[in-house]
Amino acid sequence: MKIATTDTMNDTAPKYAIRTSRLNLWYGAFQALFDVDLNIDNGRITSLIGPSGCGKSTFLRSVNRINERLDYVRIEGAIDVMDKNIYDPDVELMQVRKQVGMVFQRPNPLPISIRDNILFGHSLHNKGKNASRADREEIVESSLKQVLLWDKIKDRLNQKGTELSLEEQQKLCIARLLPVKPSVLLMDEPCSALDPKGTAAVEELIWELRGEYTILIVTHNMAQARRASEACIFMLMGKVVEHQATEDLFVTPEEKETADYIEGRYG
Amino acid sequence: MLEVNPLQRPMTTDFDSRDMDWYIDKIVQFLVFVAGISAIVFIIGIFVFITFEGFGFLLEDFSFREFFLSPFWEPSDEDVPEYGILALVAGTASVTGLAMIVAIPFSLGAAIFIGEFATGKLRESLKVLVELLAAIPSVVWGFIGLSIMNPLIIDLFDVPVGLNVLNAGVILGLMAAPIMTSIAEDALKAVPDRYREAAEALGATRWQVIYKTVLPAAKNGLLGAVLLGVGRGFGETMAVLMATGHAVNIPGSLFDPVRALTATIAAELGETAVGSPHYQALFTIGIFLFIITFLINLTADLIVRGIRKG
Repeated sequence: MKIATTDTMNDTAPKYAIRTSRLNLWYGAFQALFDVDLNIDNGRITSLIGPSGCGKSTFLRSVNRINERLDYVRIEGAIDVMDKNIYDPDVELMQVRKQVGMVFQRPNPLPISIRDNILFGHSLHNKGKNASRADREEIVESSLKQVLLWDKIKDRLNQKGTELSLEEQQKLCIARLLPVKPSVLLMDEPCSALDPKGTAAVEELIWELRGEYTILIVTHNMAQARRASEACIFMLMGKVVEHQATEDLFVTPEEKETADYIEGRYG
Repeated sequence: MLEVNPLQRPMTTDFDSRDMDWYIDKIVQFLVFVAGISAIVFIIGIFVFITFEGFGFLLEDFSFREFFLSPFWEPSDEDVPEYGILALVAGTASVTGLAMIVAIPFSLGAAIFIGEFATGKLRESLKVLVELLAAIPSVVWGFIGLSIMNPLIIDLFDVPVGLNVLNAGVILGLMAAPIMTSIAEDALKAVPDRYREAAEALGATRWQVIYKTVLPAAKNGLLGAVLLGVGRGFGETMAVLMATGHAVNIPGSLFDPVRALTATIAAELGETAVGSPHYQALFTIGIFLFIITFLINLTADLIVRGIRKG
């Protein structure tokens, strides 16, 4: 692993939130990622686009190591999150997941109350420090306010999270990450289960969170990548083809494959 | 070579023609209907039969007070026969209660291990093994109680007789555990994987995922599993007949022999005159058992259905 350079040592926040070097991944005998080298800017929204099966979700799911739920996954290479390789043997999985939150394609609030959903991650990572009731209410309120849900559901915090509308569920799933204070948020097609109105609302929310969190968002929807991200990565067949500022990638793509994809010639 | 084009459309269309397949379909439908309805017919039939046999007693000799509140079951007393099932209920309840204390940790532990930790071949072979355990006939369990547990209890606890609540409770617990394990495992499997994934992504350890997410989500199914175990305990006959000591007695300790409701019927029915008050009293116990197990199973079923819906 590279030693942090002087300029990142002087600066408290590293320039890149996620850096991968020669990342290869196999599902059994099938290789899904080939030598992925990426530097993802800290505090920006980066979108991952590409046709189905190009490895964008696979890549996303290796940044919090949730891929390892499948025991036939094998990974080589390194992923540094905030300058620490999360595949080092001394790394605790829990700490990775604390640093890197994830929002899934299908909203997956737990079948417990809205309040308990918000406090779930917080209580996992604050063992021993018994937060007072008032503190907890404060956490619930500020988290829900940040995802623009507070006014709508403040009177029914004891309702089950799974009883909300899909849009609200997805916002709740984002809200429950915030008390854990992650630096990176991974979003795997967070709007694909939502209708256009819900999509707009969640996109707006993601845009609001920009700057505070590094957000990596996988999307099938090129228009969404274009309007809701600052940088964009185009992947094809498990390889990174192009990584640029979003407006440059869509206006003046450098690679022919990128141009063909964004013009809809395939995919 | 075919003389005519095989795809040639016929000149006429007969929409009303009924071939062999049509009749077979109708017959099969009818047979399946009869098979399906027969389960209900049989249950109603059994209930009617038991009630009918016990009816005379219910009308003439039955005293609610004596039947449920007297601890004396002395149906063959020449002068004043007494038909009190309190001691028998206490016997069944104490054995079933102890059985649940034994079975719940074993079966939930096994279900959690099979459902959440074991993978691949280990998991599959454990499941088969549990099914096999559930198929052991109850007389074999009774035999184990009689010939292994009995001397073991005498040795370990220095008591004169080893056929008692402890013996029957442990045997019944081991008997009920496999079926409870398999139902509890179904309940765990019914918890959607995305809950586990969500909890893991939030940084939960494997145990936290189970304890904070899977078990609460599966709690109805787990409760159903326990209730079915209780139902099994209430209805079990042979093993408790062999392992309890079969003495009418309200137990004061684990080492007291007791007698179960079911075992009483099994042991006495063959020796009573058909239609006598004793005979009818046994059938009244049957009605009582039928109602209790029916209610337990119904509750368990409703609870388990509850999780499927919600």
